Amino acid sequence: MEFLTRFKNALFLIAVLVAQAIALAVQVRSPVDAGEPDGRSVRLIRMWATATVTPFERAAHGVGWGIHHGWSNYIDLRHVRQQNQDLQQQLTRMRIEQAAISEDALQGRRLQAMLGFRERYVGSTIAAQVIGASGSDQTHVLTIDKGSRDGLKPDMAVITADGIVGKIRDVDPTTAHVLEIDDQSSGAGVILQSTRIRAILHGTIAGRVQIGNLTADSRIKPGETVLTSGGDQVYPRGLPVGTIESIAPDPDHQPYTAIVVRPAVNLNRVEEVLVITGTQSDLPADAQQDLSAAEAQHAADLSAERLPGIHDDQPPGTAPATPAAGSPATPPVVAVPHPLPALHPDRFSSGSTPPAADLKPGAPISAPGSATPSGPAPNSQPKQPAPKQEPAPTSPQP
Amino acid sequence: MVTRSYMSRREVEQQSFSLGVAVCVPLGAILLQVLLPMLFPALAILDLPLIVTLFFAISRRSPIAGTMTGATIGLLQDIFTSQHIGINGMAKSVIGYAAASLSSRIDVENTATRAVLTFLFSLMQSVLLYLIERRLLGIRDFHQLWLHELLRATVNTLVAVPVFLLLDRWKRQD
Repeated sequence: MEFLTRFKNALFLIAVLVAQAIALAVQVRSPVDAGEPDGRSVRLIRMWATATVTPFERAAHGVGWGIHHGWSNYIDLRHVRQQNQDLQQQLTRMRIEQAAISEDALQGRRLQAMLGFRERYVGSTIAAQVIGASGSDQTHVLTIDKGSRDGLKPDMAVITADGIVGKIRDVDPTTAHVLEIDDQSSGAGVILQSTRIRAILHGTIAGRVQIGNLTADSRIKPGETVLTSGGDQVYPRGLPVGTIESIAPDPDHQPYTAIVVRPAVNLNRVEEVLVITGTQSDLPADAQQDLSAAEAQHAADLSAERLPGIHDDQPPGTAPATPAAGSPATPPVVAVPHPLPALHPDRFSSGSTPPAADLKPGAPISAPGSATPSGPAPNSQPKQPAPKQEPAPTSPQP
Repeated sequence: MVTRSYMSRREVEQQSFSLGVAVCVPLGAILLQVLLPMLFPALAILDLPLIVTLFFAISRRSPIAGTMTGATIGLLQDIFTSQHIGINGMAKSVIGYAAASLSSRIDVENTATRAVLTFLFSLMQSVLLYLIERRLLGIRDFHQLWLHELLRATVNTLVAVPVFLLLDRWKRQD
């Protein structure tokens, strides 16, 4: 009894430490549900705590937002009309550019479909505001003002217009916690844009974003863009992650290199985010509309293009047959000139090679003319322009 | 006639706080710790809960009260920082106990002493967190940047001195 009285302070400390150590052990060892970072009881504790603090966070965020935007709105409104016109024009240009890029993407999809690859596009998103942070530089977690009531679930990707921010870690009814890509425990599958090297991205203790599973490669250079690869089943493929900032040998994990990536998003200044709530295998409806418009525009551009040998023989003043640029409903007319017959045909002459479907692996290619091609392949393009003295047929082939 | 009693120096100088202060100040510190880095990301280096733990521990001068204060504030901090619940709780329990035990032996009303204590206990917390993560939880990938921890201790010290002076106004002599 005297022992207890004498050492009551130290015994109390030991009791408190032991209790917390046991609680830690339970958290670490207890089976966790799939997709959940914590056990059920810990999740409940965090949920109650978050629910207690969230009103304060919302209020503080609202006040700060109001003051900041009240002032900035006053400043911005002076030139808002001109800015609006500029932005509208920029938006129009961007939509046209995006449509052109979408066409390339469509071609890529066709090739991927031939290989059995299924691309996933961003189908639906929910906009959310950041109302809190973890308050520690050892964990990089954001709190957003949308939760399970809005359809959010763990492991959903969180992005901004600039690139990826992170993924949903855990969800409460009205809020959710986003694990940023610079957190130590985060990870993402990425691909280097130009070299197409796949890698795994993770955060570091210093709050940096790093690729650590690649060996030294002279093709990887600072400044290269890093995109999501889609292999982690969290982030859709092709979203910007950042650019390579530096490459250095990793002293802790030889022979790997530590490739530091500068995030595309300023993770310290994230205010509004988009949570990807669904993906789809087809392009979104508006992108498809842009794509069809771009295809019509592309066809019109091709028709209007002065190809050698097509329009040179036209009388002066005769305008080339161009569909109206503003009528996307007009069926596209693609001008593909017929190649002229060769004077001395050989195996390199256009149309002399049999179709690939008729060839057999290992079999020698037959002599010119033996394959009896019926004519040029429908999509074949002439390598050389036709001479001007012998104009090509003027009737375009659809 | 003067009443004399036999009390230790610690008992004479023990100070207490009203319930409102004892509850609101730690909660306010944790709330600020969550909100401030949103506005100023660099302030994530600051550890307001540690400063408040130190203040209450050295003011009350009771190791049991210091342990309880540290454990409560640390556990709340764990809940909000998405860490395993108990990491900061254990570290701050030890800090609270040590600070309270030390405060009964040295003069902690002096500003310079407070600054030195804050600096040392901030470093001590970094060491404790490292030990808990690496040794107790066995997280091999956990690293501390010790230069960064030195910077953190300095920043905590610079902020703690005025905060202590501010909180001194709410002390209640027993």
